[in-house]
Amino acid sequence: MDFDLTDEQSMLKDSLDRLLKDSYGFEQRRKHMADPAGYSAEMWNAYAEMGLMALPFAEEDGGLAGTPVETMIVMESLGRALALEPYFATVILGGGALKAAGSSDQKAELIPQIADGSLKLALAHTERNSRYDLHHVETQATKDGDGWRLTGQKSVVLHGEAADRLIVVARTGGDIRDENGIGLFLIDANADGVTRRGYATQDGSRAAEISLDNVAAEALGAPENGLPALRKVVDGAIAPLAAESIGVMSAMNELTVDYLKMRKQFGVPIGAFQVLQHKAVDMYVAIEQARSITLYATMMADSDDAEARAQAMHAAKAEIGRGGRIVGENAIQLHGGVGMTMEYAVGHYFKRMTMIDTQFGDSDFHLRALARGEGLFKAA
Amino acid sequence: MDLRYTNDELAFRDEVRAFLKDNLPEEIRQKMIDGESMDKQDLVTWSRILNEKGWAVPHWPTEYGGTGWDPMRQYIFLEETQKWPAPQPLAFGVNMVGPVIYTFGNEAQKKRYLPAIANLDDWWCQGFSEPGAGSDLASLKTRAVREGDHYVVNGQKTWTTLAQYADWIFCLVRTDPDAKKQSGISFLLIDMKTPGIEVRPIVTIDGGREINEVFLTDVKVPVENLVGEENKGWDYAKFLLGNERTNIARIGMSKQRIARIRELAAKEMSSGRPLIEDERFREKLASVEIDLKALELTQLRVVAADAKRGNTGKPDPASSILKIKGSEIQQATTHLLMQVMGPHALPYHTGDADGSNELPIEPDYAATAAPGYFNFRKVSIYGGSNEIQKNIIAKAVLGL
Repeated sequence: MDFDLTDEQSMLKDSLDRLLKDSYGFEQRRKHMADPAGYSAEMWNAYAEMGLMALPFAEEDGGLAGTPVETMIVMESLGRALALEPYFATVILGGGALKAAGSSDQKAELIPQIADGSLKLALAHTERNSRYDLHHVETQATKDGDGWRLTGQKSVVLHGEAADRLIVVARTGGDIRDENGIGLFLIDANADGVTRRGYATQDGSRAAEISLDNVAAEALGAPENGLPALRKVVDGAIAPLAAESIGVMSAMNELTVDYLKMRKQFGVPIGAFQVLQHKAVDMYVAIEQARSITLYATMMADSDDAEARAQAMHAAKAEIGRGGRIVGENAIQLHGGVGMTMEYAVGHYFKRMTMIDTQFGDSDFHLRALARGEGLFKAA
Repeated sequence: MDLRYTNDELAFRDEVRAFLKDNLPEEIRQKMIDGESMDKQDLVTWSRILNEKGWAVPHWPTEYGGTGWDPMRQYIFLEETQKWPAPQPLAFGVNMVGPVIYTFGNEAQKKRYLPAIANLDDWWCQGFSEPGAGSDLASLKTRAVREGDHYVVNGQKTWTTLAQYADWIFCLVRTDPDAKKQSGISFLLIDMKTPGIEVRPIVTIDGGREINEVFLTDVKVPVENLVGEENKGWDYAKFLLGNERTNIARIGMSKQRIARIRELAAKEMSSGRPLIEDERFREKLASVEIDLKALELTQLRVVAADAKRGNTGKPDPASSILKIKGSEIQQATTHLLMQVMGPHALPYHTGDADGSNELPIEPDYAATAAPGYFNFRKVSIYGGSNEIQKNIIAKAVLGL
């Protein structure tokens, strides 16, 4: 067992952190957010030049064969910067779907475009009534010659507006909550019958409501039995999301500890008060536990044991959800009034942390899912 | 970064498991499973089996009987013994005074005491806390006055675990009453047979007889029983308490208790079905499991960092997390185990280790559940209370 980064991993982390330090300060981020796209095209290209887009793909597909550890490094750094670019949507979710379900032709066509930054993807899985259930799918897919036609509504599609292509979860058979009869489909985001309504999200990012009316689509993987692939995509996204949350939480912790040392009341730095110290320690303990469970999720992210993998992701998502709330709420509280202002960074981290909990299932959802299984400590 | 055990580590784990299976007497293991307290002979028996194998004091330097295992192997060994479950070695000797003696003691002391600790020929207890010195340990008042070849010790120690079996007690005593409070303290080794020592039991809320008061009245201690330098005892005590923290997470023990909870919750009925099928119960169990899995990784991170740093004798301040979360998890699991028993947790069995073992109420496994819960309130108090651990993190890690 070895928790150290390799030299290459350290280099990756250092160069990304340097780029973000130079280009993602609080004011710079505000400027990026004000861009009509909601992010910086310049930063997007910089990531591509660094090879971040190619990172998690196999070499034969045009990637750099990075492991989940490299993805963890990247996501933690992006989290610390509160980066707005659709990296997660395109590379982790879209790329994850291609890896899990794409044919060799589809991969050969699309992965090089992801790798060079020219293609943006979004995963359209959530619907008005699906909540966090991946198998709740009302959007219909019907056969049309060699292809398919999709009709339905998708909600809160992350970066759905920026995407060039959409990966849509749709039903080819069965009732709306059947586990069978679900497929992944690839559509052109500007195809006839696609209507996208983009909007800002609570954490400064972008999402879209997407309506599909008889839209031409090609299947990604088995159109009748796509749920296992979708689960794999989402499991594969939870570890990176957890890593992002570590960046977010660490930044909140550092801001808060600095503030406790600097802010004076009653003639002393407020960090001298034990009641505040203990809250700061609660934050620290929560972060370290979240970091540990993130390492566990990262270790399990590409496991082929679907059951064990899912259990690990449930555990990680539940832990970062509850830990993130401890860190975020205490960070605001310990900053006092300043923490409440839009002009100060800590609130923006808090908002991102809070929204991470609403993605792919909150801590209650994952705790319940974990509780249905045989536990994390089956005889090993 | 590679978060899997290496093949060598897995082979080592199997070796430990096989050893436990072949060597731990079944009746001792069963007592551990049932949550019954060990009597002196159980622990002596097991310690000598371990010592025979050369595994009694794995973390000690090899020249004093250690195994030379790296921190990861030490952790695997600890975890496997706790999971099996096997009794843990007597911490007062193996984890506390032993390392103090081999780090700060003289050659004669090392020779006299270390082998007897490893073989549990000497049963040690800890004379730190006093009625007026708990979290503020340095305010201790027990006095040692040098008179010729002896110190004469007067005072009172308390919360002294298993002093009733002890051959020796290591004590913090005040040798310079005029110095600033941390500066006038010395570390003395005292033979429990010395005239003037009286041990009185303190019965804990679970009905158990683990802890004691120890009264010292004109106790004559030879000066050669002083460890290190006079008035430097506080440094040795800090070293000792740091070591105590790294072994305190008890991951393996909590894993074993969770397995036990699952096993018994499948037998106990609730609303016409096994309790283990109850959604609320399962969620509470899952919640503790998440904490424990995270803590296991935290422990491994601390272990790996130790391995990298080499043995500096100074614990990672982050190990305070292990104390805080480890104790919270132990308390959550003992509470869940009691909940499994439902109303059968209620009967109080007056028989203790020295008396009748008759368990009049079915099921027999219910008898230790409530006492176990009551008893484990101690884990967030001893070894530096969790609030003290938070002070340590605030100061040493966060710089507040």
